[in-house]
Amino acid sequence: MRIEFNHKMSAHCENGVISNLLEFHGIKLSEAMVFGIGSGIYFSHLTMFKLNGLPVTSFRPWPGAIFRRAAKALDLSIKRRKFRNKEKAMNALDANLEKGIPTGMAVGVFHLTYFPAPYRFHFNAHNIVCVGKENGHYIISDPTMEDFEMLSYDDLKRVRYAQGLQAPKGKMYYITNVGNIDINKAIIKGIKRTVLEMIKLPGPIIGTRGMRFLARRIKKYPLKYDARKAARHLGQIVRMQEEIGTGGAGFRFLYAAFLQEAGERLNLPELSEQSKKMTAVGDMWREFAVQAGRIVKNRNDKESFDTISQLLLNIADEEEKIYKDLDRIVKGIRK
Amino acid sequence: MEKDKVPQDDENLLEGKTRELQYAVDEDGKYVAVKSVGWEPKNIVLQQEWELINEKVQHAKSLVEKDKYSPLYYHMKKGLMSSWVLAKYAEISWFKVIRHLKPKGYSKLNDDQIRKYKYAFNMKDSDDLSKMD
Repeated sequence: MRIEFNHKMSAHCENGVISNLLEFHGIKLSEAMVFGIGSGIYFSHLTMFKLNGLPVTSFRPWPGAIFRRAAKALDLSIKRRKFRNKEKAMNALDANLEKGIPTGMAVGVFHLTYFPAPYRFHFNAHNIVCVGKENGHYIISDPTMEDFEMLSYDDLKRVRYAQGLQAPKGKMYYITNVGNIDINKAIIKGIKRTVLEMIKLPGPIIGTRGMRFLARRIKKYPLKYDARKAARHLGQIVRMQEEIGTGGAGFRFLYAAFLQEAGERLNLPELSEQSKKMTAVGDMWREFAVQAGRIVKNRNDKESFDTISQLLLNIADEEEKIYKDLDRIVKGIRK
Repeated sequence: MEKDKVPQDDENLLEGKTRELQYAVDEDGKYVAVKSVGWEPKNIVLQQEWELINEKVQHAKSLVEKDKYSPLYYHMKKGLMSSWVLAKYAEISWFKVIRHLKPKGYSKLNDDQIRKYKYAFNMKDSDDLSKMD
């Protein structure tokens, strides 16, 4: 069988899945809106977490956070299930499809057969929706793909039980009930949380402070490491920033799109103004990636590390201004 | 980023299987989604990563050929796994896995364990575990 399901491509898998599932339940909400309501924009430089032996620079909150927050803000009832037994997990999925419920799943990317090979790492927080089963093959709506994809029983079982960091353990979820959605309220709540995370949290590693912290560290890379290792550190940052499913520039453009849409919906021209500024910041992030790419390719000298560090400081200043303005705007709104 | 400036630098990293969605502004300053096949800086850093991985895999191969490690070690590196992840996939205790990574432990593998390791490396039952390609 096959459930009538509209597959929309998205820049980020988590938003895309929520947006697509919501549309199935009759609510039209774009990817950017889901992203903003779930406070998806973020920055942290986590020196204590290592990925491939390099510190993690994250442009997104912990996987699943956007989903959780958006679901709460939009008053959705979501049923989440994990299974210890692989067969039971697959049977539960079959039962769901039989009932006509499109079911979201957390999967690992490494064994995802339809995914382009150079992008297949052990990343276990990818989200897909299963919308049907035909001839023993599951029909998958993956928001990062252009069309529906097929997965065999064994392949799906394997990706649902991917191992390593954040092993999904057969996790599946579906919307059981849609409550009273107050989108305007959710938008303001989302912006408030973003402001909190980006400029108000204490500590040096999160938000705009985290950017400055990283900028200071980048400056030291050529002194601390040899040319190759320093280039790898930079490469890691760009990979996290431009990785598949970020919409480019570490989600900054996606957030700008959200601000624009929110400004129209709430009739607040100031928000659209901030959207333009955020676009400019996104362009700066792209410039950051260009310069980093050059350094990686030519194993550049100390000066280029100084320049790129200065660029990051500028980005932090610009972003801080935006969040301060947003803070002012949302505080001025009377409920 | 303007709509017509969305980069289209194809290095065949997406293998034609999909394109990426990028958000950009059109002539009126309105955000639209544009599909992109890639961008140069991004391609560079991704290739940098794979270059490094391939070096590691080749190094692992030479170590196995020198009999320092068992072929499992090569497959593990090729699958970008750590011994811990391998243990989880194969459902074999990590303490045993680290023994099996050495030639002495590898020679003592029983059929059941071989089957489990083949599952972990996504091999067919007819494939030879000791073969390195």
